[in-house]
This record gives sequence, C-alpha cells and structure tokens, in this order.
Amino acid sequence: MASSEVQKQVGDAPLPGNGMTNASPATRTAAFFSDTRVLGILQKIAVYIILIGGLAVVLFPLAWMLSASIKPKSEIFSYPMTWIPSTPLFSNYPKGLAVMQFGRALTNTLLIAIPSVLGQAVSCALVGYGLARFRFPGRDALFILVLATMMLPSQVTLIPTYVIFSRLGLVDTFWPFWLPAWLATSGFNIFLFRQFFMTISPELEDAARIDGAGVFDIFWRIFLPLSKPVIATVVLFSFVFYWNDFFGPLIYLPSTQNKTLQLMLMNFQQFYTTDWGPMMAAMVVIIIPPLLIFFFAQRLFIQGVVFTGVKE
Amino acid sequence: MAKMGRLERQRAIQGWLFVSPFVVGFLLFFAGPMLFAAFISLNQWPVLGDPTFVGTLNFQNMLSDNLFWKSLKITTIYTLFSVPLGMIAGLALAMLLNQKIRGMALFRTLYYVPAVITGVALALLWWMMFNTEYGLINGALRLFGVDAIPWLTTTNWVLPALIIMSLWQVGGGVVIYLAGLQGIPSELYEAASIDGATGWSRFWHITIPMLSPVLLFNLVLGVIGSFQSFTNALIMTNGGPSQASLFFVLYIYRSAWLYNQMGYAAALSWALFAVILIMVIVIFRVTSARVFYAGGSTRGGF
Repeated sequence: MASSEVQKQVGDAPLPGNGMTNASPATRTAAFFSDTRVLGILQKIAVYIILIGGLAVVLFPLAWMLSASIKPKSEIFSYPMTWIPSTPLFSNYPKGLAVMQFGRALTNTLLIAIPSVLGQAVSCALVGYGLARFRFPGRDALFILVLATMMLPSQVTLIPTYVIFSRLGLVDTFWPFWLPAWLATSGFNIFLFRQFFMTISPELEDAARIDGAGVFDIFWRIFLPLSKPVIATVVLFSFVFYWNDFFGPLIYLPSTQNKTLQLMLMNFQQFYTTDWGPMMAAMVVIIIPPLLIFFFAQRLFIQGVVFTGVKE
Repeated sequence: MAKMGRLERQRAIQGWLFVSPFVVGFLLFFAGPMLFAAFISLNQWPVLGDPTFVGTLNFQNMLSDNLFWKSLKITTIYTLFSVPLGMIAGLALAMLLNQKIRGMALFRTLYYVPAVITGVALALLWWMMFNTEYGLINGALRLFGVDAIPWLTTTNWVLPALIIMSLWQVGGGVVIYLAGLQGIPSELYEAASIDGATGWSRFWHITIPMLSPVLLFNLVLGVIGSFQSFTNALIMTNGGPSQASLFFVLYIYRSAWLYNQMGYAAALSWALFAVILIMVIVIFRVTSARVFYAGGSTRGGF
C-alpha cells in the first residue's frame, strides 16, 4: 500500500520523511530529518483537527435525531437546545411505532424483502457463474448488457412495467417485487458473483469433472461453498435495498394494509406534523437495521462498493 | 465461428442455461419495457381504460410544456452543483482518510455512516433540519448572528438546500477514492519528490491522472444518480415552492400517478433516458483523452 507516501501529497512537507528516498545521500536525509519530523507531527495534528471537526458536522444531525426522539414536544423546539432532556420521554417510541402500525408494516417489508433477497442471490449467482466459467457465443455481449442495466435508471422502465403489472391485476400485491428479483435483474449482484467466480482456479473444477460431477453439482458443491463472502455481500446489499426501497412500494402498494415501513414513515409527515418526538423515534427504529448491518459487516460492505468501483 | 466439438457445444448450452434467468429478466424487465414505453408514449393512455393512438402528440406537447423544460433545468442545475461539489469534497475527504494515523479505521467507518441512511428517513431528517423556525441549521446559523433562512419555503433557497443536503453523504463515494488512492504505486511519489515536485504538483501530476478512471466512474454514476433524484423533493417540498424543486422524475411520477397520463409519462421517461445517454456519451468523449489507464489498457475503469 502506498499510504505512507500518499499522505505527503496533502501536506506541504517538501520531502518524504522516514528516510524513504533511498537515492538521496545520507547527509541530506539527516539535515532534513528533524524538519520533516516536526512538519509530520504538525501535519498529523492538523489532520486530526480537521477530521474531528468534520465528523462533528457529519454526525450532528444523527445525534440531534436521537436526542429529539426522547424529548417532549416543548423541548425539541426550545432554544438554546439541550442534548439530554431533563426527563427523557421514552414513550415517544411506542407512540411512534403505533402511528406507523409497526407490526404490519414490518411484516410487509419482510414479506417483500426476504423472498426477493433470496431470489436475487440465487438467480444472480447462476448468471454470474455462467458468465464466468463457460465459453459460448454471445457471452461477452451479454456481459456488456449486464453492465448496461446497471447504468439504466430504473425510472425509465417504471411506467411500462407498472402498466404491465396493472393489466395483470398484480398491483397491490408483492409480485412486482418478487418476480424481477428471481430473474437476475440486479446487474450489480451479477457483476459481484461473476468477478468472484473468475478468480477460482479451474483445477478444482477439472478435478471434479473427472470424478464425474455434473455442471450443477460443481456449481452447488464447489463454487457456492467457496463464495460465502460474496453471497453475504449480495444478501446484505439487497436487504438494505429492499428495506429502504421507496419508489417501488409507493406506486405498487396503494392500500394501507400492504404498506411498508418506508411508506408508513411518510404518512407521519402528513398526519402527525405537530409532534416531532414520535416521528424521530420511528425514524431511529427504521435506520437501525441498515446501520447494524453496516457496522457488523463493514468489511463485506465496503469491499462490495469498492469491487464494482475499481475492478475490471 | 468455427464448428464446435460435441463437448464445446454441450458447454455452450450449459452456459446459456446458467445465464438464462438474466436473458428472461432482461427481455421482461429491460428491453421489453423500453419498447413498450415507446409504444405507450404514442398513445393517450389512462391507467385504467382503453388507450387511444395519438402519434407523436405526447412528444409535441412535451416540447411546448413549460414544466418539462423547467424540471429539466432544475435537475440539470442540481446536477451541475451537487456532482462536482460532491466529488471535490469526497476526494478531499478520501485524502485525509488516507493518512497513516491512529484511529483511522474508526474515522473511515463514522464518515461512511450517513451514506447508509437513505429513503424516507433521510428526507424527513433534513426536512426538519431545514425547518425555518425550529431547524437545526438555522439554530446553528443563529449562533453566528445569521438571520433565519427560509430554506424549503422560498424558490431561491430550495435548490441550495437540497445541494447542501447531498453533500452530507459524500462519505459513500470515499471508499472508492480510497481504494483508488491506495492503488497508486508509492514509487511514483518517491520519484517525483526526488525531482523536486511539491505537494501540489504531485497532486496534479500523479494523484489526479492516476485516479482519473475512478473519477470518471464516480462522475458518470453521480450524474445518473442525480438525474434520478426523487424522494427528497417529493417528501421535503413536494416539488415546491412554486415548482422550484420539481425534479424530472418527480414530474414523471406526477404525470403518471397524479394526472393519470401514462402516455405522456412514458414520453417523459424516454426523454430522461435520452438526456442521460447524451450526458454519459459527452462525458466519455470529453474525458477520453484525459483519462489515464495504468498498464495501457483502454478498457479499464468500467
């Protein structure tokens, strides 16, 4: 990794420290050594100050939300603001959940998310495997199509897809979410699987084939067990996607009994604007699952993002 | 293609079987709908009831529709500010987060947190933050003696407010910049230092060229994402005040689900597709000479 050198580019240290410039004579290094060290320490302090200051700004809204979620109405609007209310009002939480009809909204969200996540994982793994381990006419063109779908804004196909589901009588059901999910419609997931399967040594596959294993056996018994990190990444990303999805539920789920958490959260604003506390509490509850997933699976999460951004 | 052997043909068939979910999905949910959208756009098409063929009337109406041009302009202005500002802030942050100091892993994690929050909760949070009387932002400005700014209720302030809001999430792009920065060989910086290059010139002559594929990637995805902006405008302002935050996708949504004009909405979606395609092509054309792919590959980056 280049970080020790890269760091210099932001600072104004004239020469890299730590005597890493092997080419420069020892005497010059010695002359500069004390200077660069002082500069290095000053630079580090400056970096800390900027990073901590920036972090305060970035996390301020979240801290404010958390604090307001246990405040009575009067204190949310008081100035100057207080961080910890004199008497924490935890009843904002049950109140907020009740307004959202939390139980039913959560059930709907999970009824959409779980089968869809499963479908994305299975179908995209199959397609990724096909693209990575087989040679057939049209394969490269197909892969370019996969990448193209990643670039296509979903709104472009929204109207016709809605018209089709509407004519099929499937509006206000969960089929508009399940059906595309099982047909490998996430280019991102296909891409992740394909890139991973490309890295697996062909010898494993050859050995299994000689032992008489069928293609599906090889996929199921050899490749899938090896690809647990990718499966986890795909599952987590897809779950967060469906958890946060708003546009799809907004147009496909008009009746209250089918509404998801995101839709019920929107209702808050329309019918409950006078009292921010319960609304903030509901927001905190909705944000927690993606945050937990992020914190506990950070490595996978960030690898997933980076993988699509830099690889290939 | 030369004649394939029996085994090769068998492998090819198996390959096609594995990719068949995508083939079906592509036909049903990408190619089919695109063509169907073209057909819908030639009709007057209510959600329920029978369509009437009207030829290119929807497209003619679109060109003389003030709101079409207005929403296109609003979305373009938003993109022109939020994408470059986000890229500059993201790169600056990535360079800070690329330093070797204690506790860096924690900083990286915490800066990423806002990017995890999306959808309705994000919009509601900022809707409250921008509240003129009680919002956190005007509260903070008051400390500096700045009068309350009517962020979401005046036509002049609503787009700046949404652009500021978009900058809150730059941490999301930072991971990609970080990976890019860490991929730059340290020898390049060492060699430049020996030649007497200062920090600034090393930034312009090494960091920027070496990062150019990553910058291009973030630029293209940023523009595409920015043209899809919808949720924030719907929830925070509902396109207002006086349509000043009527983003393009919000206008598509209204045409289809509020005004019941699927034909017109389909014409608008085709326009969205065309605009994005043109912008992406322009970006690639303009940058093709300037994007540097290490290793001489012309197909890196994407």
